[in-house]
Amino acid sequence: MPEELIADFQVKRLQVLNERGEADPEFMPELSEAVIWRMYELMLLSRIFDERAVALQREGRIGTYPSIQGQEAAQVGSAFALTQKDWVFPSFREMGVHLTLGYPIPQILMYWGGDERAQKVPSHLNIFPFCVAVASQIPQAVGAALAARYRRDPVAVVTYFGDGATSKGDFHEGMNMAGVFNLPLVFICQNNQWAISVPLKSQTASASLAQKAIAYGFEGVQVDGNDIFAVYRATRQALEKARSGAGPTFIECLTYRMADHTTADDAGRYRSPEEVATWRARDPILRLERFLEGRGVWSPEKREEAAAKAAGIVDEGIREMEAQPPPAAAELFEEVLATLTPRQAGQRKVQ
Amino acid sequence: MAQLNMVQAINQALAEEMARDDRVLLLGEDVGRNGGVFRVTEGLQERFGAERVLDTPLCESAIVGAAIGMAAYGLRPVPEIQFMGFAYSAFEQLFAHAARLRSRSRGRFSCPLVVRTPYGGGIKAPELHEESTEALFCQIPGLKVVVPSGPYVAKGLLLAALRDPDPVLFLEPTRLYRLLREEVPEGEYLVELGRARVARPGKSVTVVAWGSMLERVLKSVEGYDAEVLDLLTLNPFDIEGVINSVRKTGRLVIVHEAAKTCGFGAEVAATVAEEAILYLRGPILRVTAPDVPVPLGKLIDYYLPGPVQIRAALDEVLQY
Repeated sequence: MPEELIADFQVKRLQVLNERGEADPEFMPELSEAVIWRMYELMLLSRIFDERAVALQREGRIGTYPSIQGQEAAQVGSAFALTQKDWVFPSFREMGVHLTLGYPIPQILMYWGGDERAQKVPSHLNIFPFCVAVASQIPQAVGAALAARYRRDPVAVVTYFGDGATSKGDFHEGMNMAGVFNLPLVFICQNNQWAISVPLKSQTASASLAQKAIAYGFEGVQVDGNDIFAVYRATRQALEKARSGAGPTFIECLTYRMADHTTADDAGRYRSPEEVATWRARDPILRLERFLEGRGVWSPEKREEAAAKAAGIVDEGIREMEAQPPPAAAELFEEVLATLTPRQAGQRKVQ
Repeated sequence: MAQLNMVQAINQALAEEMARDDRVLLLGEDVGRNGGVFRVTEGLQERFGAERVLDTPLCESAIVGAAIGMAAYGLRPVPEIQFMGFAYSAFEQLFAHAARLRSRSRGRFSCPLVVRTPYGGGIKAPELHEESTEALFCQIPGLKVVVPSGPYVAKGLLLAALRDPDPVLFLEPTRLYRLLREEVPEGEYLVELGRARVARPGKSVTVVAWGSMLERVLKSVEGYDAEVLDLLTLNPFDIEGVINSVRKTGRLVIVHEAAKTCGFGAEVAATVAEEAILYLRGPILRVTAPDVPVPLGKLIDYYLPGPVQIRAALDEVLQY
């Protein structure tokens, strides 16, 4: 036999909630009405936080900010499956994950406002600082997963990144190592289809990002990233698999970056308003509202009520952020090393 | 006390620390079953198991990146980069993360890891196997850079690095791995990081060196009243020790095997110029490699500084 088929693959795509807001009963995760409402509140909180953050930047009250608009289902849905003991290695566009895990709002805003002190991660969360160097957090998540397994801790490790990160070497090195060591790790790719101005088709020739996992010897699945139930279901399954020792999973959440790359970007230079409008119609919050309306628990008034509650929480966070006195010059030297070098100590004195 | 070479001394330090502290793990290419390409980790996987001595895929960035995640989790990983010339692909992990994690998380996470890598020229190895770009790594606030010059200090420095709460780059001069044998005591002793060692006392000229150049300097200064300082730690380097010696001798020669421009000698020279220029009788001289890429084996002896250049610098500075 000169030629034989040595491998044959399939890539699955999961959608639970369609665009009309109808859930497939076979795949619908078991969630009480109260829990689903909580998910809805978190998506609204994420949206309102984001709108306020963009406005704060426009008013010069914080610095450059990367919007998460359109990615609320991918972020809230995946983070909702996590426990506070799990380790999270984010990139920089997952504020919905932070909000879902209970990360203090003033601190998120202080970070984007340029305040170093905001980087002190609260002690009840195992979430790494924002990672701006694309994909470089991925190998670190691999290390935490190795450490968790070495310690026999029943935790999982999750790393978040975007479609652009899948082109980087650290993505390859991290995915490869996770496969080789069969680690308790979940890779969550928010494929928002744009890496600043570069569209997905110029980022990869792959038909999906999910299929990249196949080459590393573990499961990859694409989920409708604007469907919070699909994201939640896939993440929960992957976390259970990780905690049980059955190895890593790659989840591609196919979603869309509705806003500019950051407040310093103008997406009108490189993508059409028609494309944006198409995806605005697929807004993940609208979809969940249609579902809730179908269940008779949602109305425009209820949205107003929930939005007002979320706005109150965000505005309180903004007040707290702006009440912080500016950092003193000596803050430059805080925690640079456990013990400053003699030269650093001398430089600190004259600051 | 046993006479050990540097390979054995480093191996002993790793073994003793792994026995003492279950947070210490080794990871890297060929470090397990093969014991490392220089055999520095020989026998450690057999003794401590594959969970503590991990043979990784070929991935320098992920080796250091994974070590960062392990360190933040509470372990004390010791990643090995097989040769310094391959550390460049791990540079981002060192620069953007390992050195900044404590600062970026305002102390919530720290990064106590020791990256070990063989470095330096003179072993007739292929391209990129004889690099000495230590100065690149000294421009990273938050990362300590340590270079032993013999078996005894190698063990004591490595133990100190393994106990350090912050990341350390530990550069092992390959030319010295099996060249020198010294008495190395079993059990714990620490050589403090950030302190230079007077390798040879003298009065008329201070010669600063580190790593494999120390051995050449010691041979070259015979017949001169030279004080030889072995820096041992480059970042932070022992400013006080260097200044005190220069105040005494009034002359300074710095010897390193890396290229001259922006080599670490520039930092030493600038510091002495700032803090002790009035004690100097003549110019600060640097004996270094030329500003060219590290060559292959047939040219390496023209590249590395040797006794002729070192003595010429001593003779020149002693004219003042």
